[in-house]
Amino acid sequence: MTETIDFFSGFGANDLWFLAEAALRTLWISILSIAAGTFLGALCGWLIYEGKIWATLTLTPVLDIFRSVPLIIQLVLFYNFAPIVGLNLDPFASGVVILTIYTAALVANVARGGIEAVGRPMRRAARSLGMSYWQDMRYVVLPIGGRAIFPSWIGVALGVMKDSALVSVLGYVELLKASQILITRTQEPFLILSIAGAFYFALSFPISRYAAKLEERWAQ
Amino acid sequence: MIEIRSLEKYFGALQVLKGIDLTVEKGEVLSVIGASGSGKSTLLYCINGLEPIQKGSVVVDGTNVHAKGTDINKLRQKLGMVFQQWNSFPHLTALENVALAPRIVKGKSRSEARDIAEKQLLHVGLDDKLNAYPSALSGGQQQRLAIARALAMEPTYMLFDEATSALDPELVGEVLDTMRLLAEEGMTMICVTHEMGFARDVSDRVAYFHQGVMEEIGPPEQIFGEAKSEHTRKFLANVR
Repeated sequence: MTETIDFFSGFGANDLWFLAEAALRTLWISILSIAAGTFLGALCGWLIYEGKIWATLTLTPVLDIFRSVPLIIQLVLFYNFAPIVGLNLDPFASGVVILTIYTAALVANVARGGIEAVGRPMRRAARSLGMSYWQDMRYVVLPIGGRAIFPSWIGVALGVMKDSALVSVLGYVELLKASQILITRTQEPFLILSIAGAFYFALSFPISRYAAKLEERWAQ
Repeated sequence: MIEIRSLEKYFGALQVLKGIDLTVEKGEVLSVIGASGSGKSTLLYCINGLEPIQKGSVVVDGTNVHAKGTDINKLRQKLGMVFQQWNSFPHLTALENVALAPRIVKGKSRSEARDIAEKQLLHVGLDDKLNAYPSALSGGQQQRLAIARALAMEPTYMLFDEATSALDPELVGEVLDTMRLLAEEGMTMICVTHEMGFARDVSDRVAYFHQGVMEEIGPPEQIFGEAKSEHTRKFLANVR
């Protein structure tokens, strides 16, 4: 009789709970990054639209870089080189910073398009009623432009949520990292990746359904 | 009173208004006619400060529109404007379209703004469309909505920039009728228009613009009957 030590154990109910917790972390990092990135992106989009020369000269190339360099490279570079300038951020914070900037770079273009979509005649009509620049922005440009770009924005948000999986390379235990840990232990990649995929689906699908509902309501 | 003195306006190198002198008294209805590109619409934009000017001045009730310290948002409340493209706010119902500016610009309460909006929509004959969105309204109805929206600010003057030019022919009448109604109520109006019938019947004076110059101004009988300028006669012969 030879004793065998079993290094691997099967997938259990506890593991499902472990994945669910990780899914929450995915959701949390996504919500933070998308919210902050949308705010920052809208601000950048507005600056570019208003065409202040310094904004166009400095902001546009910077945003181009963040849009064009693969997210995984941005994450690794930032996580490893930020400490050099004295920024000691944990994987979560690093992930939020990079995902926020990445979201902002994507949203800036969308937001600028939204302001353009409202059109000068509509805005002149608003101003002719005595509205100030900011009243026009708040009550006319935001609702009209916002609706026009809402589908694109939802696309960006869902994309960023899926891209948040890349933060796993920094060691933050979100959904994908959690799956990798379980796969190492259980040796059941097919099952576990399917479950992780189902979690991603469960996070995205309600959002896109709700978005479609909203659009339908606005269309009438 | 609107006093325009030696007004000059350029778009880049192109001079679109070449020294306009014009005074519009309270209660007057002035129609401005002329070919496209003659500067007549630009004149309206200069009056309410939507376009900057390069020379001269526009003074509305003693306030210089283009002077540095002028509170232009306050001044514009006196100057209602209706555009060729009616520009109704698509995300708001007819009632909300009209109530928005009184609420946020004049600080009226929601119920006050609602009362104002209902009154003005009744005024232009849209009292059965209070809760309709602009997409459910015809062009003529949307233009009347735009008139109600401007009137809700209780302006002293109304500027009409080719209010009927973008409408299907069968919808022009209802908008002209609304404009006639305003004229009868004593509203001071400057109407840039291609509707010669309206200009002749409703106006106190008619101004003819030609290539950035106010070629001729006078009572409709003079302009349509015995115009002094060769250009005016030619223009009118062509549009008839």
